[in-house]
Amino acid sequence: MVIWIILLAMTAAAVMAVLWPLSRHYAVSGQADPNTQFYREQIDEIERDRERGVLLPNEAEAAKAEAGRRLLRATGMEDVAVAVGEPALRRRRAASTLALSVLPILAIAIYGAYGSPHLLGQPPVMAARGPATPSDLATAISQIESHLAQNPQDGRGWEVIAPVYVRMGRMGDAVKAYEAALRHLGPDANRLANYGEAMVLAKDGLVSSEAQGIFEQAVKLDGTSPKARFYLARAAEQDGQIDKAKAGYAALLAGSPADAPWTAVVEEQLARLEGPQTVSRQDAEPQMGADDILRMVSGLASRLEAQGGSADEWARLMRSYAVLGQRDKAADAAQRARQALAQDDAGLKTIDMMARELKLTDAQP
Amino acid sequence: MLVEAGHFALALALGLSLIQFLVPLWGARTNDPVLMSVGPSTALAVLACLAFAFLALTVAYVTSDFSVLNVVENSHSAKPLIYKISGVWGNHEGSMLLWVLILALFGAVVALAKSSVPVRLQANTLAVQAAITIAFLLFILMTSNPFVRVVPAPVEGQDLNPLLQDLGLAIHPPLLYIGYVGFSISFAFACAALIDGRIDAVWARIVRPWTLGAWAFLTLGIAMGSYWAYYELGWGGWWFWDPVENASLMPWLAGTALLHSTVVMEKRDALKVWTILLAILTFSLSLLGTFLVRSGVLTSVHSFAVDPERGSFILGILTIFIGGSLALFAWRAPLLKQGGIFAPVSREGALVLNNLFIATACATVFIGTLYPLALEVLTGDKISVGAPFFNFTFLPLVIPLLMLLPFGQTLAWKRGNFLGTAQRLYAVFGVVIVATLVMLAFTAGGPVGAPLGIGLGAFLVLGSLNEIVTRSWSRGSPLSVTWRKARNLPRSAWGTALAHAGVGVTVIGIAATAWDLEGMDTLKIGDRISAGPYTVRLERVVPRQEANFREDVVTLRVFRNGNEIGMVDTMKRLYVTRGMPTTEAGIVTIGLSQIYASVGEVRPDGSIGLTLYYKPLVLLIWLGAVVMAAGGALSLTDRRLRIAAPAPARSIPVASVPAE
Repeated sequence: MVIWIILLAMTAAAVMAVLWPLSRHYAVSGQADPNTQFYREQIDEIERDRERGVLLPNEAEAAKAEAGRRLLRATGMEDVAVAVGEPALRRRRAASTLALSVLPILAIAIYGAYGSPHLLGQPPVMAARGPATPSDLATAISQIESHLAQNPQDGRGWEVIAPVYVRMGRMGDAVKAYEAALRHLGPDANRLANYGEAMVLAKDGLVSSEAQGIFEQAVKLDGTSPKARFYLARAAEQDGQIDKAKAGYAALLAGSPADAPWTAVVEEQLARLEGPQTVSRQDAEPQMGADDILRMVSGLASRLEAQGGSADEWARLMRSYAVLGQRDKAADAAQRARQALAQDDAGLKTIDMMARELKLTDAQP
Repeated sequence: MLVEAGHFALALALGLSLIQFLVPLWGARTNDPVLMSVGPSTALAVLACLAFAFLALTVAYVTSDFSVLNVVENSHSAKPLIYKISGVWGNHEGSMLLWVLILALFGAVVALAKSSVPVRLQANTLAVQAAITIAFLLFILMTSNPFVRVVPAPVEGQDLNPLLQDLGLAIHPPLLYIGYVGFSISFAFACAALIDGRIDAVWARIVRPWTLGAWAFLTLGIAMGSYWAYYELGWGGWWFWDPVENASLMPWLAGTALLHSTVVMEKRDALKVWTILLAILTFSLSLLGTFLVRSGVLTSVHSFAVDPERGSFILGILTIFIGGSLALFAWRAPLLKQGGIFAPVSREGALVLNNLFIATACATVFIGTLYPLALEVLTGDKISVGAPFFNFTFLPLVIPLLMLLPFGQTLAWKRGNFLGTAQRLYAVFGVVIVATLVMLAFTAGGPVGAPLGIGLGAFLVLGSLNEIVTRSWSRGSPLSVTWRKARNLPRSAWGTALAHAGVGVTVIGIAATAWDLEGMDTLKIGDRISAGPYTVRLERVVPRQEANFREDVVTLRVFRNGNEIGMVDTMKRLYVTRGMPTTEAGIVTIGLSQIYASVGEVRPDGSIGLTLYYKPLVLLIWLGAVVMAAGGALSLTDRRLRIAAPAPARSIPVASVPAE
């Protein structure tokens, strides 16, 4: 209620600001005409300058003559009439009507169209968590972090936050979180595989012997764990055992459904290994270099371009570009994906969610 | 509640602006003082409304009211207070609100200037100014509303773009906006003069402080932005000919030309039509700058959120104001009375030359900035026009202009004497030539541009000084008389000399960049890297956690020729909420020179990529801009009436001095 009174008072004040000058009896003659005033002052100034010695007498005369000529010309130009009589009164009334009508109507219309008047009466709704948007991610993280600081034995909490760390690129934190989760919840194939993956990512793609041990443990618990098997194959490749790696990738492909989300990546790896030149010993870097990643991404991109693919694959391509820092390409990929998946509502939703997650604002449809 | 009231105030301001546009214009046409007096009071009311709206938004930021979408998107409760406040204009919506607030503020100042501005001119000016306010208020309300609410409110915000969390950037936009918007007042006065069909020295006297003030602020704003880019982006450059920079350079150049042509108009009642045109062009370029930066045509830190609707809206505003004012110009300008006549060799002539050069330089920047955009629209080809283009087009225009500057400054009004002018400058000229030759000899083998450029800068500085000296000193007069005479010189003369000397200082700073040295390497703890006589040693790399970012602090020990002169930190930051990395350059200032260290990547094994620059005299670039602005401010304080003392024609015949 108070707010409506305030808005009303504001409107009234605004209307008054217009009506007040209209209601005054205008005293017009009190003020000297600024036009002639200017040249008079200029002539006085010339006189002062001459006395101070800034101007030579003959210069002063010339300047004075010029100012005098202009003064003559300016005299009588500003002839503001005193507004009296019927027409002036009518004009005032029209202006008052304009102010009284335009101001409240326009203000209320505009505010009604763009404002949030429905919020006026209600107490502010704060702290109610909306759907998890990226904006809330930071909040969620800080909440979980403070919760975990107080209850470090909450393994489930660690398990929740670990993948978030991975996505934010805080790999060291992710490794620690998975460690804690394993400690409190015990080993499990999936958990172990994720832990190993975080370790690999923390070392820029290098599968260390420690990580390899973790993956082997995971495979022991669940022979089908695709993630663990993938990284074991990668480990073999990094050790130079190309054939073993190929066999590992091929087995993984054979054992997984055709539409599994990892198929493309594994195929990519396999194709790379079976490529025309087998990697020579010296070239086989222990790390997956930036070039490899770039090649993988461009391979995926050209495949999707040529043959199309699932929404998940497009989303992965977008994420890869974003991870590589090529945001413009990520945005481009989003556009192409939308074209390719135009008939697929669920797929479009996936792309939109990925775009939002990557904050590709310029790629909104 | 306050937020909603602020939103409503914005809507009220729109209604008031509409009245401020219609009623005074009507009053001026019917010559009715009562209707015209509605202008000032509504202008004040608009200011009150917008100030309230701005205050409401600021309060929302300071109290972290996350029920406001704009606050959610650009603030964070852990952010330091100063950046909560600067966050208000660190985003598209808020910065547009600041834009109209300054516009209303200036309108109110015009409204309060009762005694010095003729009533009809004031009424028309306020009407034109209200039209600009209407356009921008509509833009804000319809496409960029800062008061949009979110229900339910999120608990935490998304933080301000970390590049903008910087003291320099907290003050850069207001400075720049005061400049842009100040030109809008010159524009409003120009349109008012066209509507009224008359223009004279009084007009020039009223407009000059606006142009001068706007110009000084724009100078500072551009310098600030340039210095920010220098220390924040970590590339060690100070000007990139980036379209965003050019967007502010163009109004500055046009404003500089306007400033000089207004002087001619105030003193000699000449160049009227040209001055009006310049006032229109200057503001048009300010609008164009706003369009380029805000519409998302260019991607940069400034295009906070890209939205085609906004782009087309600003384009509409642009078309209406530029097209409308130029149409008005074409229609009314032929009716304006021509004034003072002058000889080609005279101060006026020199200022015309100045205007020609600056306008052409501005045109080259215009082409270099817009041509790639136009080409992309028409053919889809992306080309980038960079430093080489501007070096080949802009510099050849500016260098002769600067070389002629001291001569123009020395010429007399109405009819000058080139020989006499040259005589007054020959001592300066000689000193500069000798000094340049000596410098060339000492730096033989180095870049030739540096000594030549420094010579040019010195010529500008000494030429400005010379102007003061020759005006106050005559052979044989004692020092006390000279001092008294110098003090008696109008402040505007000092201001002119100071501003021109500032140009010289900047030129020296720019020329000295040819002597920059750099070194680049990957360092481990204890490793060294050199640039010129300076060497730094990597001492340690320490991670640090701050309220809203994490950083790796790289500490370097600095040596000159083997002697230690201090330590410097340079940082690589990660702003956690946005996951955005930034670099903070480590800068050691030695006199006017700087050593500039910038971290590349921090490797897992603790080694870092480091670039070290030695930049002699680099501070002069920005110092010169500050001196220029100070000259403008000094000139601004001089509210005396300006008189052009014409040298009277010697052989009197009246016919040879055409009567006006």
